[in-house]
Amino acid sequence: MSKFAQPKLDLSPKVNDEIRKTTCYMCACRCGINVHMQSGKVKYIEGNKDHPVNQGVLCAKGSAGIMQIYSPARLRAPMKRIGPRGSGAFEEISWEEALGIATDWLKPVRNDDPKKLAFFTGRDQSQSFTSWWAQAYGTPNYAAHGGFCSVNMAAAGIYTMGGAFWEFGQPDWERTKLFMIFGVAEDHDSNPIKIGLGKLKKRGAKVIGVNPIRTGYNAIADDWVGITPGTDGLFILSLVHTLMAAGKIDLEYLIRYTNAPYLIDSDPKSKTFGLFLRDNAGEPLILDRITKKAIAWNTKGAKPDLAGSYRRGGISHLSVFQMIAERYLSEDYSPEAVSKKVGISADRIKGIAADLARVAFEEEIVIEQEWTDFRGEKHDKMVGRPVSFHAMRGVSAHSNGFQTCRSLHLLQIILGSVEVPGGFRFKPPYPKHSTSHPKPHCKVTAGMPLDGPHLGYIQGPEDLCINKDGKPIRIDKAYSWENPMSAHGLMHMVISNAYSGDPYPIDVMFMYMANMSWNSSMNTSGVMEMLTAKDGNNEYKIPKLIYSDAYSSEMVAYADLILPDTTYMERHDCISLLDRPICEAEAAADSIRWPVIEPDRDVRGFQSVLLDLGARLKLPGFITENGDPKFEDYADYIINHERRPGVGPLAGFRGKNGDKEGRGETNPKQIEAYIENGGFWKKHIPEAAQFFKPWNVEYQEWAVETGLFDKQSPYLFDIYIEPMQKFILSAKGIGEMQPPDHLRKQIIDTMDPLPIWYQPFEEQVTDGEEFPVHALTQRPMAMYHSWGSQNAWLRQIHGYNPMYLPKKIWKEKNFQEGDWALVTSRSGSIKVPVSRMDALNENTIWTWNAIGKRRGAWGLSEYATESNKGFLLNHIIHELLPPKKDGMRWSNSDPITGQAAWFDLKVKVEKISKEEHVTPFAHPQKSPVKSDVNDVKYGEDFID
Amino acid sequence: MTELPSTTHKKLGLVIDLDTCVGCHACVINCKEWNTSHYGAPLSDIEAYGENPVGTFLNRIHTYEVTPVQGLTQTVHFPKSCLHCEDAPCVTVCPTGASYKRSEDGIVLVNEDDCIGCGLCAWACPYGAREMDAAEGVMKKCTLCVDRIYNENIPEEDREPACVRTCPANARHFGDFSDPDSNVSKLSKERGGIDLMPEQLTKPVNKYLPPRAKAEISTDGEIDVLSPFLEPIASETTGFLSWLDKALDKI
Repeated sequence: MSKFAQPKLDLSPKVNDEIRKTTCYMCACRCGINVHMQSGKVKYIEGNKDHPVNQGVLCAKGSAGIMQIYSPARLRAPMKRIGPRGSGAFEEISWEEALGIATDWLKPVRNDDPKKLAFFTGRDQSQSFTSWWAQAYGTPNYAAHGGFCSVNMAAAGIYTMGGAFWEFGQPDWERTKLFMIFGVAEDHDSNPIKIGLGKLKKRGAKVIGVNPIRTGYNAIADDWVGITPGTDGLFILSLVHTLMAAGKIDLEYLIRYTNAPYLIDSDPKSKTFGLFLRDNAGEPLILDRITKKAIAWNTKGAKPDLAGSYRRGGISHLSVFQMIAERYLSEDYSPEAVSKKVGISADRIKGIAADLARVAFEEEIVIEQEWTDFRGEKHDKMVGRPVSFHAMRGVSAHSNGFQTCRSLHLLQIILGSVEVPGGFRFKPPYPKHSTSHPKPHCKVTAGMPLDGPHLGYIQGPEDLCINKDGKPIRIDKAYSWENPMSAHGLMHMVISNAYSGDPYPIDVMFMYMANMSWNSSMNTSGVMEMLTAKDGNNEYKIPKLIYSDAYSSEMVAYADLILPDTTYMERHDCISLLDRPICEAEAAADSIRWPVIEPDRDVRGFQSVLLDLGARLKLPGFITENGDPKFEDYADYIINHERRPGVGPLAGFRGKNGDKEGRGETNPKQIEAYIENGGFWKKHIPEAAQFFKPWNVEYQEWAVETGLFDKQSPYLFDIYIEPMQKFILSAKGIGEMQPPDHLRKQIIDTMDPLPIWYQPFEEQVTDGEEFPVHALTQRPMAMYHSWGSQNAWLRQIHGYNPMYLPKKIWKEKNFQEGDWALVTSRSGSIKVPVSRMDALNENTIWTWNAIGKRRGAWGLSEYATESNKGFLLNHIIHELLPPKKDGMRWSNSDPITGQAAWFDLKVKVEKISKEEHVTPFAHPQKSPVKSDVNDVKYGEDFID
Repeated sequence: MTELPSTTHKKLGLVIDLDTCVGCHACVINCKEWNTSHYGAPLSDIEAYGENPVGTFLNRIHTYEVTPVQGLTQTVHFPKSCLHCEDAPCVTVCPTGASYKRSEDGIVLVNEDDCIGCGLCAWACPYGAREMDAAEGVMKKCTLCVDRIYNENIPEEDREPACVRTCPANARHFGDFSDPDSNVSKLSKERGGIDLMPEQLTKPVNKYLPPRAKAEISTDGEIDVLSPFLEPIASETTGFLSWLDKALDKI
């Protein structure tokens, strides 16, 4: 044996030269990061322990940021197209030339007809700014990617209770005792949910996962419910049925905090059928249990009767709650009735309902904290029902997703578990009632700004964005009769509609960070053809396409002009309360990004470029009185722009001395103050204001003081959404605003003001025997919402995506490992490798999304697995429903919000012999970035 | 052959909670990120952007499906790195003395200056926890972040392995198993921490907390004693409304 001689180690080696604290952008979660710098390079990234979002932890994406900021796929300079669209042939040009071209294209459109510009901004984290630009330009055609992501969740939450999950609210992780998570949710809010699950696991709280696929969070769920896709709403309403039938509902909560006692016109022959009975001031009325009189809902000392009925003017009025009882006590929602459709036994549904009831009503939580409600009533404690829920894209991305999300909120509300200890808690600036949001604006005037913000929450047909003849004003048909409550627009329909000239052709398409020719579009092959299709004059049907991205994505190849963006470490950004905030339930917060490294390429932050373009186009707000650019760059805008007096993009360190929070004059040293504070600002909500926020006077006062609202805005939860009934009345022929005849039935069938379940459209129109299998996608946790699936480290974890088949299909079709399958939907086929997975709903197949790459994209070798064996399911998900012989193009979207119905897909699966590469196999695109990087030895620069 | 120390002063190691790990790979990448620019040679990635990228990782997550005799198939995410065994066969097999176990804390390390890249240690390790770096030709393995845990240039609260500090779900815990009152000793005792493949007689220091039994609420024929099915208060809407009336009187 050799003599053992233990070497002496340096146990305190140098770690870095300095740490720079900024905000991650590897996904939409927006965690705080400590960037370790050495010799001018990024050496190591860790989570910032003081940061409200991630509290020190960091996910795989965040840690892989190093490979992202030094990726060979980074674009290097502005470019103009020199080959055919889609070829990827470009030449690099100067910024002056690029901005000159863009201005030459955009100026005449603005002066002539601003709606001929469609400006859509995918994974934008600066929507309050990009929408402000679009508004100043004057086009109605602006939105970000919410329409193909999770708008059903956001809109259902806002309309029902003034906020949804993720950015709007979170479970009370510290106190909840039973947590139920629905659908694909390993995405938004990724680190906070993992932190929360860790807390639940530590104290042994129960987690129930409802998902056809048992991966990620469902793997650690104590109970897994492998539901049939698209039936979540039916399952939830069956839980509602079971709870109501047993009287396990929080009546006091329903009386105090919801519109359940409101009186509704219940005479089907009445012109105000289904609308609230109101007083002369327009306030909805309730029946007082003591006096038996109909009085305004907010009358002091009122004792609202949940079972109220009241006759006035020969018309019967019933309380909302009676309609609820009537509907959900129906046997249609009994566990036995729904069991087969949802794929869950009646006994399991009953068992879960019993569990919810036990925890909610027998394990209530009491916090000894006084608070005062908006009616002036003082409460000596805060009582909570410790059951909580989370859902995201999984239940959203169906054509019945809006009503499914509404159903989930109904369940939360009847259990009395929203904004109470142990339940679900809003995060500032939420809760915020739908009427406190703007309404959409769409009035176009040549050479002038739009008449107001593009996106918002309509309150009836009168708020639609339609012409006098009822036709959509927006290119994506948002806020039209086709999908009236499309709060985030329909980015997934823009290319298809512009190509079809429906409702009209456009001149310039301008997109940011949206891979619309690949994984962010339905019907990818079709979209690639639309982007290259020409008219009779040999001109592209979509004539001009400007695109900004930091990387050589598939979409780059389809643009005519490229404005290269920086990476997230090379730029200024603000994560603003005006936008998509990062607050926590106990505090308001916002944050910045700042250039911790300088670009080594001729690239510019997209927001600074938009400011420059705005000044060149002389847009109001972008130039001074002399016509000079008003803002030097985005940092200058972040500091000096005011949306309302004293309220700007950043809420922290305002005022001349930087000591004002929420409201205050601009502070020239504001960004320095953020950097000094670790890249973020946070303001704690007072203890007495921590719960019951929509009704809590202390919270309302704090929200006004912090600049979230200009006046106190308490409200009740809308279990019954009256604006939806207004659409049904229109569809039944009542009122001046009338939908086109072909949409009447759809509106009546889907826009029920109380949550309903209906079969997803794709299933309604396809033959269930020919296409018996559901097909889904998820993105892996290590890549979700990431712009970096080509990342050198992450692609070693998820560089290959087989189609996962359940045991039943595997055995029936006699598949073996290494086999391939032909997967066919009503609109197309793909040939893909398969793998077996047993922890899967037996009628569902799935794959990881966005692993597949087009050959030549993302700076990868042409032999990369991602382009040969990797595939997209998108090719066989059509953006339209099959033609109905009426000449109309019916969008494959939720009929209420326009949410892309990705997860409605039905397919058949056939075994085929092994293929060389997947089908369809896109022609390679020429790479505009050249790299000789092959072997990476990151870190060798730091060795002493 | 290289000697193991007869005893070590401390037994530093990890507790990995399989009931909590969601398989997010945060630990895998943060480990890579820290260790590629600290202890020894970088962790290279060969053909990083090519057909078959192969890099060196000190920690990887494997995913398994487990189908119990009764009940639904489960998914288990299983993070795996060096277990810093007390009887580490990778050390005794080393022909140069490059592989060694520290006498003060039990961490198993490779002295890269002495490593000839013969790969014997990787063959000897029953867990597959060592990886040869293809660019450098030396053996790489988990160092338990020996350059972090004592490092005076790092704030005291951060002196733990990178994988533990970054884990979002708090599924990884670091401490001294020689101290029965340490966090890891207590956790392992409370939750029935297990040795990986004890039959190999390597006496691993790291412990795994097994997944808790999966409760399937009320699978057919089995009713949860805690939550018996709810008793209906009425079968018809009218009955419900009369219940409601009485219930409202009580509020």
